[in-house]
Amino acid sequence: MNFSSYPILSGITFLPLVGAFLILLWNKERQGLIRWTAFITSLINFLISIPLFTQFKLGTAEMQFEEKVPWIQSWGISYHLGVDGISLLLVLLTTFLSAIAILSSFSAIKERVKEYYIFMLFLETGMIGVFASLDLFLFYIFWEAMLIPMYFLIGVWGGPRKIYAAVKFFLYTMFGSVLMLVAILVLFFSHYQATGEYTFDLLKLFSLSISPAWQLWLFLAFGVAFAIKVPMFPFHTWLPDAHVEAPTAGSVILAGVLLKMGTYGFVRFCLPLFPQASQAFVPLISVLAIISIIYGALMSLVQKDIKKLVAYSSVSHLGFVMLGLFAFTIQGMEGGLLQMVNHGISTGALFLIVGMIYERRHTRLIDDFGGLSKALPVLAVFFMITTLSSIGLPGTNGFVGEFLILLGTLRSVNPHAIAYAALAATGVILGAVYMLWMYQRAMFGPLAKPENKGLKDLSFREVVILLAMTAMIFWIGIYPKPFLSRLEASSYNVLKQVQRPAQETITNGGEDPHSQGEAR
Amino acid sequence: MILPVVSMRLIAPAGIAFATGLLILLVDLVLPKGRKGLLAVLSLVGLIISGSASSGLWGRYEMAFRDMVVADNLSSGFGIIICLTAFLVVLLSRHYIQREGIDFGEYYALLMFSTCGLTLFVSGKDLIILFLGLEVFSIALYILCGFNRHQLRSAESALKYFLLGSFASAFLLYGIALIYGTTGSTNLDKIAQVIILNRWGNLTLLMVGVGFVLVGLGFKTAAVPFHFWTPDVYEGAPTPVTAFMAGGVKTAAFVALLRVFSGAFGNLYPDWVRILSVVAILTMVVGNVIAVVQMNLKRLLAYSSIAHAGYLLVAVVANSTLGIASISFYLLSYVLMTLGAFGILILIGRPGEGNLKLEDVSGLSRSRPWLAAAMTILLLSLAGIPPTAGFVAKWYVFTAALKEGFFSLTLIGVLTSVIGVFYYLRVIVYMYMREPLKSVADAPTWSSWTAALAVTIAVAGVLLIGLFPGSLLDIAQVLATGVR
Repeated sequence: MNFSSYPILSGITFLPLVGAFLILLWNKERQGLIRWTAFITSLINFLISIPLFTQFKLGTAEMQFEEKVPWIQSWGISYHLGVDGISLLLVLLTTFLSAIAILSSFSAIKERVKEYYIFMLFLETGMIGVFASLDLFLFYIFWEAMLIPMYFLIGVWGGPRKIYAAVKFFLYTMFGSVLMLVAILVLFFSHYQATGEYTFDLLKLFSLSISPAWQLWLFLAFGVAFAIKVPMFPFHTWLPDAHVEAPTAGSVILAGVLLKMGTYGFVRFCLPLFPQASQAFVPLISVLAIISIIYGALMSLVQKDIKKLVAYSSVSHLGFVMLGLFAFTIQGMEGGLLQMVNHGISTGALFLIVGMIYERRHTRLIDDFGGLSKALPVLAVFFMITTLSSIGLPGTNGFVGEFLILLGTLRSVNPHAIAYAALAATGVILGAVYMLWMYQRAMFGPLAKPENKGLKDLSFREVVILLAMTAMIFWIGIYPKPFLSRLEASSYNVLKQVQRPAQETITNGGEDPHSQGEAR
Repeated sequence: MILPVVSMRLIAPAGIAFATGLLILLVDLVLPKGRKGLLAVLSLVGLIISGSASSGLWGRYEMAFRDMVVADNLSSGFGIIICLTAFLVVLLSRHYIQREGIDFGEYYALLMFSTCGLTLFVSGKDLIILFLGLEVFSIALYILCGFNRHQLRSAESALKYFLLGSFASAFLLYGIALIYGTTGSTNLDKIAQVIILNRWGNLTLLMVGVGFVLVGLGFKTAAVPFHFWTPDVYEGAPTPVTAFMAGGVKTAAFVALLRVFSGAFGNLYPDWVRILSVVAILTMVVGNVIAVVQMNLKRLLAYSSIAHAGYLLVAVVANSTLGIASISFYLLSYVLMTLGAFGILILIGRPGEGNLKLEDVSGLSRSRPWLAAAMTILLLSLAGIPPTAGFVAKWYVFTAALKEGFFSLTLIGVLTSVIGVFYYLRVIVYMYMREPLKSVADAPTWSSWTAALAVTIAVAGVLLIGLFPGSLLDIAQVLATGVR
């Protein structure tokens, strides 16, 4: 079947909305029908997104599966979708994790089922839109619109402090977003001044040369929005709250996809649009990334709540991703991009397992467990595999990503590269410590607590979910080539863009942003 | 003696609204008490005719009555917006006034007279016409605010609005007198010419006059520091009247602000830009910050309307064609979302203006899911979150400001709108994330299909404009190019 003529990206972006409208029509009492409608929609969506992977042309950094329709012509806004190697894997990760997250909610969500699945499907549309849009206006719309369903998922179906967590999540992200909005407008006018054309098209804006002084400000405006999303130290405080309070599926999506939007934003926008500023910010970002790695790991070490432990481990893992991306070497870039996918799978699986334990025991405190492997042997196996993948054991996906990142960091031209790599490596060791220690305390030892004795092991549905995740862990761990080969051309292209020499500035007349005062 | 050009077509929108009001008063006499539905129908028909008369003036540039009244795209476009506002208000009022026991014919008549004043106000090319229009709509509104005379709050609202409003009118009138004294004319075009030619009498007096006019118009737009009446008056007035003030009056006042400041005083731009920038910043900050602590929904929307005036002032400060285009776009979106939100308040309200505290909407998503969903869309639009009209409107306004280099104003605008997100979200928190109060859940619900229709129109408009703003943006651009 030939997919080139079929608007596949629009298809996978908006199919979830069709599912959501179907659910809107069902009676809210028919929970089974609602669940299956949601799951089948997301499963079909995943299946039709697979051709993106198989038909993806290797060896080119061009956008593929492009669709472009004028939307608001007088402002040069178009409905422009497309994927390259960077966004391809993230789109697939989104469709994959959405289906998994929806399937995992079948038993966990018993209240207001109808609204829940509608929001889940809305969220999927928003996330795919963020990764697939190539027009800044369109991107911003998806970026913000996606906050709404996530806000409801945390705020309605979350834990005891859900309202605090939901509002904090929304406001933090919003704060970053509005700064980005101003920066987008500045870019828009810069392009108009340089070429006389109004456009929000990202591919056209790439060719813009911006004066170094403006680059710094614009990088900061975009960067804060993305750093909050990643989250990088010191913008990370919303994350533990949001993760702990969110329902399991919400945490899976949050960790698996939403955090990636931050790192994706850096690669897609900051590096190619502001190359000089990116280079100038390498020391700052690297140091913040290392602080995130070590701080996240230390915080994980002292957590009593498994979910919070996993949440802080995300801060640590995303620090690795940032370090790799800002090494500006091909290994670092590919490792960072691959690690984004790996983290989505491993941490997603960890949250799923924590959720499954919670459904059985209604607690997440490590002290309440102990010896669970005797009561839940099947779960224990999956938990072990996921834990090892999170640590980065060779043979699992985590190893490939972390290895490439450390290699890339070492090989970067940065004078402190060895120090960065050494400090980051301690993060790997700490990662092993907190994960294995947690596993040991929760799963091994005597099955002392009476509440833990009669627990039922995984159901068929849960095994299917975890098998799918485990399959991905081993596939990427043992044979990462299909993934890396799709990343390669685009990674080289980003590196080429970020290392292009500073050109004669055409835009803004090289004005310092401070001189743009109030009065004309 | 040369007789002035009399062209009734130019004042037809105002005239039709006025005639409808008179007709309502006459028909009211023959209608039995409590059966005033026909009057609502009459008002709606009158407003449709008045709106189409306004749309008939699109694309022209004509003056009449010694250049006192103008027909241009600004008056035509805003004539339509005002009629739309009044149309929605009539729909919101129909069952509300029955519920509150104030179902009198005069209500509709006063609404029509007020609409007449507003349409006249936006087509004024002379300070005298501006003043005339302002008084016509204000006096009708003073009465409407106190229309629910059984209620102490309504009477307080009317008195407060009347006293402070008269004070503001006096400022405006004194400003007009000073401007006339220094420039020798009340005609906006002539004033502009005098200013270009530097032929004013006394610059200080002129500037004082400009300042007084700003006070008068700033009062009607509810800009800080002329906003103190807003929360009390908005809270006490019957809710549809509040909606009309928040939508219609603010809209018209911004047109007047554009005509006077960008038009007549365009050449004094360097002098007034700083003052207006400060007013804009204060309005955005104060409106948004004080809204955060409001526990009454009507007061919350009152402060939100102050904050929105701040964003609009940013576009006035930009003083460009793009700025005017963005103001028109913003006001249309704003009218839809504000009227929709007040419409929801009417629908969840109980007789005696009860049930309007924040706790009262707890768990609304369970008891009335569609109402909660509609309110959510409107609130997200007010907060400026895509894909709604409110987002495109904010985007447009800040684009206009940034294009003219107002970097810090834009920055303050977007940052204060984050504060805005907080209090709009809080209403959603109550509706979706809290359990319903026992007392509220057990109380009988009240419904009005006309108000529901108005809310539906508003929600549909907000979503449609948000998703497909293209053609409307082009129209706003055309509207703006015809100004000046």
